Amino acid sequence: MINTGMLGEDGIHVDMNHLKKGEVNLGTSIMAINFRDGVILGADSRTTTGAYIANRVTDKLTQVHDTIWCCRSGSAADTQAVADIVHYHLGLYGITNDEPPTTQTAAAIFQELCYDNKDQLSAGMIIAGYDHRHGGQVYSIPLGGSLHKQPYAIGGSGSTYIYGYCDANWKEDMTEEEGVNFVKGALQEAIKWDGSSGGVIRMVVLTAKGAQRHLYLPDQDYKGPGTK
Amino acid sequence: MTSIGTGYDLQNSVFSPDGRNFQVEYAVKAVENGGTAVGIRCKDGVVLALEKLITSKLLKPEANKRIATVDRNIGVVSSGLLPDGRHFVSRARDEAADWRRLWKGPIPTATLANRMGSYVQAYTLYSSVRPFGITAIVGGWDSEADVPVDGEVGSGPKVGSGGKKEGAHGGPYLYMIEPSGLYWGYYGAATGKGRQIAKSELEKLNLSEGNLSLEEGVKEAARIIYVAHDDNKDKEFELEMTWISSVDGPTKGRHEEVPKEIREEAEKLAKKALEGDDDEDDEEKMEE
Amino acid sequence: MNHLPQAWGRPRDDVYGAYDQSHFQMGGPNQHTQSPIVTGTSVVAAKFKDGIVIAADNLASYGSLARFTDVKRLRKFNDQVVVGFGGDVSDMQYLDRLLNSLDIRENYGSDGTPLNAKNLHTYLSKVMYKRRSDFNPLWNHLLIAGLDGEDKPFLASADLLGTTFSAPTLATGFGAHLAQPILRRSIPDEAAVPNVSREEAVLLVKEAMKVLFYRDARSMDKYSIAVVTKDGVELKQDEKLESQSWAFAEGIRGYGTQVN
Repeated sequence: MINTGMLGEDGIHVDMNHLKKGEVNLGTSIMAINFRDGVILGADSRTTTGAYIANRVTDKLTQVHDTIWCCRSGSAADTQAVADIVHYHLGLYGITNDEPPTTQTAAAIFQELCYDNKDQLSAGMIIAGYDHRHGGQVYSIPLGGSLHKQPYAIGGSGSTYIYGYCDANWKEDMTEEEGVNFVKGALQEAIKWDGSSGGVIRMVVLTAKGAQRHLYLPDQDYKGPGTK
Repeated sequence: MTSIGTGYDLQNSVFSPDGRNFQVEYAVKAVENGGTAVGIRCKDGVVLALEKLITSKLLKPEANKRIATVDRNIGVVSSGLLPDGRHFVSRARDEAADWRRLWKGPIPTATLANRMGSYVQAYTLYSSVRPFGITAIVGGWDSEADVPVDGEVGSGPKVGSGGKKEGAHGGPYLYMIEPSGLYWGYYGAATGKGRQIAKSELEKLNLSEGNLSLEEGVKEAARIIYVAHDDNKDKEFELEMTWISSVDGPTKGRHEEVPKEIREEAEKLAKKALEGDDDEDDEEKMEE
Repeated sequence: MNHLPQAWGRPRDDVYGAYDQSHFQMGGPNQHTQSPIVTGTSVVAAKFKDGIVIAADNLASYGSLARFTDVKRLRKFNDQVVVGFGGDVSDMQYLDRLLNSLDIRENYGSDGTPLNAKNLHTYLSKVMYKRRSDFNPLWNHLLIAGLDGEDKPFLASADLLGTTFSAPTLATGFGAHLAQPILRRSIPDEAAVPNVSREEAVLLVKEAMKVLFYRDARSMDKYSIAVVTKDGVELKQDEKLESQSWAFAEGIRGYGTQVN
């Protein structure tokens, strides 16, 4: 049988390894950036099972604390499980230490989980958050479980198509509007060239004011509805 | 303590009818026999000082240090039963290491104090254990700079993080934990034999105003240990002193022994201050 | 119906026939199927008369993708030891934290001598060997550079199998093939070391880094370089390769007989 990660033609012979590893795949385009007042996370909304789009309006931006969020890529099940565990730890941290966790705290827990369980996980995560102590911060945790602090991070299968776009258009200290346009422009390119990415563009803007969601639809040329 | 236990002092987890835990009160007695320990929270650091009583002439001077380091930025000094102090420090180090393993950064001093308070308190609850025969002073400096996650690589934007709120972070912390598990944060803390004198000296420093510098703190700590020392009852002692400065100060945020020259200078001043108290007449005579 | 957990979510036996259980293996030996994902390439180092020079570039690759360009792979342990990491970056970070906890424990007492490079190499090689014996290796090749107990230059390597090696010049990964011969030309053996000055050693290592940039497809032109002597560690983390030679491309036309 060809290793497609799908059911065989007879619908019977299922390869366990592939059921687990590739079945519901967030073949994805995700990113997060620093800007003047905090961070912006962005993602497409396509979830695939091989070539079939299992969900065309997926939310890959996941909250793990008030103003600490993550972008998930890789196995949907794995990344959800990891995010749930981090969510639990950060909730507990906030209560027991009488102060909210920082983005670093979240990144440390994410990294611990991804590194210690690297044998069994396929999870590529981007962690972005805002806290009063450090302001906005972006961390990337690729497959092996290493931890990288970055000015901006891109991930998922679609990211390979936008390394050039991002490198050419990246500026530090952007305004919120510039930041949203940068993320949107990059994800539009990723969606255009990557078959495993598509659907709507979701964003979350994290600042001292809290978290705000954005939504941009393909049938509105990704112009809106924005924050409405 | 006015009354004796009348049977209610034989077991740890048993209250007396008037609501006392005698075992804890006896543990406090053990502390009151120990050499004086002092901690001062200065504006740019913390000083810990100890009157280390010499129990034998066969002990090597300046060896057998009693003030311990926990992680890199926290110091612990205690009065009372020495082995209990050792165990306390050992537990504190484990707590700090466990915290680091999970959160990949240094434990905040306040959190360590909280955890050690809980640990000590647990030793008042069970009949199978006795309370700690120590009062511990925990001093630390939580970094005011941004600390990276342990092991992280890479860097954020060159212009720095966006939306960062101005304001002070980190700073000096000082806690004192008693045998009951009770602990408070202090501007200045003292325990052991000379605690009464030491406390009244500390009060004179107006530490709550936050003006005392670390360098002055070192001199004051040395002086207070000398003032609190009882010449008649205990003949000899060694002054042991450690400090923790801010990240841009002399110890770069680490808990270290006060350098010998600075300590000896402080001791010289302390002795001079003492002489000044006792023999003001003598000084006048010498000046004629 | 089969209610055993093994059958959950599986095609029903009564409809499709028995499921081929060989696809579903539980238990058996623990398998660590790890292989390096985010990787750093070569580390090169050379002894000179009163110390060591060590260098590694700042790239962490993701397969052939030059994914992270700001990864510092030289770690200062204390004033007399630097460790250079090749191989998996997540394992490098694990070792970094391990060394961090070792350093904290070492400094509980204020007196005593700090760990030197020789001590650290012994420690790290045992960590590496233990992990490979657990069939769960740390996917790195390390160079430990610094001073031994007698303040003499010390340079040795430890790899993912726990293999150790010591020589006046060392290089890991691609560097073992490309840089090592260049380094050996100037410093063939231990006897040559006392005749090598610090400046010569730095120049030599920089030259090796340049050749690696020319010929290693997983390298970059930004690198870190450290010099360890009795006076301490001098670590620079944002160096750029200088005096590269590319202009001769002008004279290269076609691939054989073509002249224009």
